Formats: sequence, structure tokens, C-alpha cells
Amino acid sequence: MTILRELLQSFLSFLERVGLLARFALQLLVLTPAGLLRVRPIIEQVYNTGALSLVIIMTCGLFVGMVLGLQGYDLLTRFGSEEYLGTATALSLLRELGPVVTALLFAGRAGTALAAELGLMRATDQIAAMEIMAVDPLRRVVLPRFLGGVIAMPLLVGIFIVVGLFGAQLVGVQFFGVDAGSFWSQMRSSVELSDVREGLIKGFVFGIACSLIAVYEGYNALPTAEGVGRATTRTVVLSAVVTLILDYLLTALML
Amino acid sequence: MRSTRTIDISTGLFVLLGFAAILFMVTQITNREFSLMSNSYRLKAAFENIGGLKPGAPVSMAGVTVGRVEDISYDMKLLKAVVTLRIDGRYNEIPNDSDASIFTAGLLGGQYVGLSPGGSEQPFKNGDRVEFVQDAVVLESLISKYLFNSAAQKSAAETPPATAPAAQE
Repeated sequence: MTILRELLQSFLSFLERVGLLARFALQLLVLTPAGLLRVRPIIEQVYNTGALSLVIIMTCGLFVGMVLGLQGYDLLTRFGSEEYLGTATALSLLRELGPVVTALLFAGRAGTALAAELGLMRATDQIAAMEIMAVDPLRRVVLPRFLGGVIAMPLLVGIFIVVGLFGAQLVGVQFFGVDAGSFWSQMRSSVELSDVREGLIKGFVFGIACSLIAVYEGYNALPTAEGVGRATTRTVVLSAVVTLILDYLLTALML
Repeated sequence: MRSTRTIDISTGLFVLLGFAAILFMVTQITNREFSLMSNSYRLKAAFENIGGLKPGAPVSMAGVTVGRVEDISYDMKLLKAVVTLRIDGRYNEIPNDSDASIFTAGLLGGQYVGLSPGGSEQPFKNGDRVEFVQDAVVLESLISKYLFNSAAQKSAAETPPATAPAAQE
């Protein structure tokens, strides 16, 4: 009986959190048009979430691309069709790996930073101080961070994919001697514009989801050291799960 | 906190890089090079069977890509597949009795439309129809034709005509 009651309790608190998150998202959505006009803080956040993530995104993109080149080459030589390496890497990067891995890295690099920063603001009563001064913290602090993340994500996805392609080209063409011409021309002849669109739409949606989760968890963190830590952890876990679920749904929608 | 100037510069660099990456994806790794050209023209060709031809497949003359397959539809009056070819405007002197065939690039490759020039003085114009076409070779029909041919030859060579129906099993 107690187990059942606890299950019910945790289910109810889960529902409550979903409801709070939805309300939070709506509040941000209402504030967005006005918030977009204040460019200065958004630029700062694009710098924080985007420009500072550039190194890790490019490094990971390069190695993901190189692994794809390696695995793809090994697999395709079994069928004697290694000239399709370009197609295989481009499609897998554009459709899946680019947006998903970028979102996971984004959650780990930028999402945690956002959550910890907001959580610490909450814990040190900076948010309460703003409320006392009649400054809306949602508009002043949360919204620019959210928008910065949303703007930065698709750009990061694009950079990740292009760097990954060059990584695959490095392994396939330079190391294994796949013909460079067929690598690029096969890619060109089979990649459609809709594949690029799919990748960018996914990046955009993941950007919204990951940024929203990060600012929500940070803003609503318990005002203790433990609470900030838990908010950061939850940001990463929730972002990863939501990203993968959304990925399935978006793929099913757009395929 | 760093100075705002550094932030601006690195943000600008980041945004520029991002857009450059997206531009690269759109222009370099997709087959859109002809869509931007306004002076291209269209030809139509009706095939009995197009095999696995898909929109976006190249149209080539002597191995040079001169255009793309823009659209494929089935004509209910002709009872044929109508393929719309979009040819780059640079190649506007193709004789209008050239013929179009559907070939396969390599053993596993995608299919493409090959144009081979005829001898006419008049070039193709926008909206023209390619009169001489050759269908895609469907591997299964080729195999079955070969099998039936060899079976027929065998029965003709080995058995007298009276027992011919038995050989058809």
C-alpha cells in the first residue's frame, strides 16, 4: 500500500513539475517579443552559451566525423562501395548525430552553466533582491539566457556538422584513399535540401528544449548548495532524455 | 567579466561561423547548383518505365552534368511516366532530335538521364518534348528474358516440336 501511495505521490509531483514547466514556458513566450528588442543582454548570452561552447563543439564534431569516416569506411568496403562514404557520413551527421550530439554537449557545457548561475542567484537572494526593486527577474535575467541559447543552438549544429564532414573527409580521403571527387560528388547528388532543413529544425527545437530546461531548473532551484547541485544534475539528465525523445518524434514527423 | 568589445567580437565571429557553416551545408553538400540559375529551361520526356529514377538525379551529356530531373509524374492519357528535365541555360544548343535514355551509374549507383545528341539543326526550346527515349533497364525483366530465351533455345534444340509443351514447365 505504501509503495502504491509513494508511486502515486511521485507521479503527482511529476505532473506538477510538467505543469510548472509549461507555465514557465508560456510566461517566457509572452515576454519574448519585448525581450528580443533588448539586444545587449542577448548578445552576452549568445557569447556565453555559443561562443564559449565553440571549442568543445568543434573538437567533438571533428572526432565524431572521424569515427564516422572510420566505421563507414570499414562497413562500406565490405560491399565494395566506399565511394558512398560521403553520402553516409553527410546523411547521418545532418539528420541525427549533428543535432543530437550538439544538444547533449550543449546541455553539458551551456545548460549546466545557466542552471548553476541562476541557481546561485536564487541561493544568494539576488533574484529576491530584484523582485524587491520591482525588476522582473524573469524578464531581466531568465529571458536573455533562454533566447541566447535558442539562437546559439542551430548555429552550433551547423558548425558541428561541417567540422564533422571535414573530419570524415580527413579519415576517408587522406588516410584511406577514398577518391575525394566521388566523396563530395556522391554526397552532393544524394543529400537533399530537406536533410539540411531537418537538421536545422531539430537543432532549433533541441535548443528551445535544452535552454528552457536549464533556465527552469536554475530559476526554481532550492536556495541551498545542495539545491544548486541538484538543479545542475537535473538539467543534464532531463535535457538528454527530452532531447532523445524529441529526436524520435521529430524524425517520425519529418521522415 | 571581460570587456564588452571582446564579447562582441567573439560573438560576431561565432555567429559568422555558424552562418558560414549553414551556407556551406546548403550550397556545397546538396545538389542545388541549378536551382539558383534563372535561365534554365525545361524538357519533358515520356518513358514506359523509369526504373528507380528520382527527382534531383543528374541529366548528363557525354558524362557532363547539364541539368537535373525536376519532376516525375504519371500521365494518365499517355499511360507513361513523364519526366521533367531542367537543363542549365548554358547548354541551349542541344539538337531537338536528341534522345534521352535512363542509365545506371555503376552497379549500385543511382539512375540518371543520359542525352545523346541527334543531327537536327534546331535546338531544344523550353517546354519541348524529347521524342526519342529509351527506358530504364529493369534487371528482373532482363534476367527473365534471358532465362526464357535460353529455355526456348534449349527446347528447340533438344526436343522435337511434339513434346515442346512439356519443356515449358
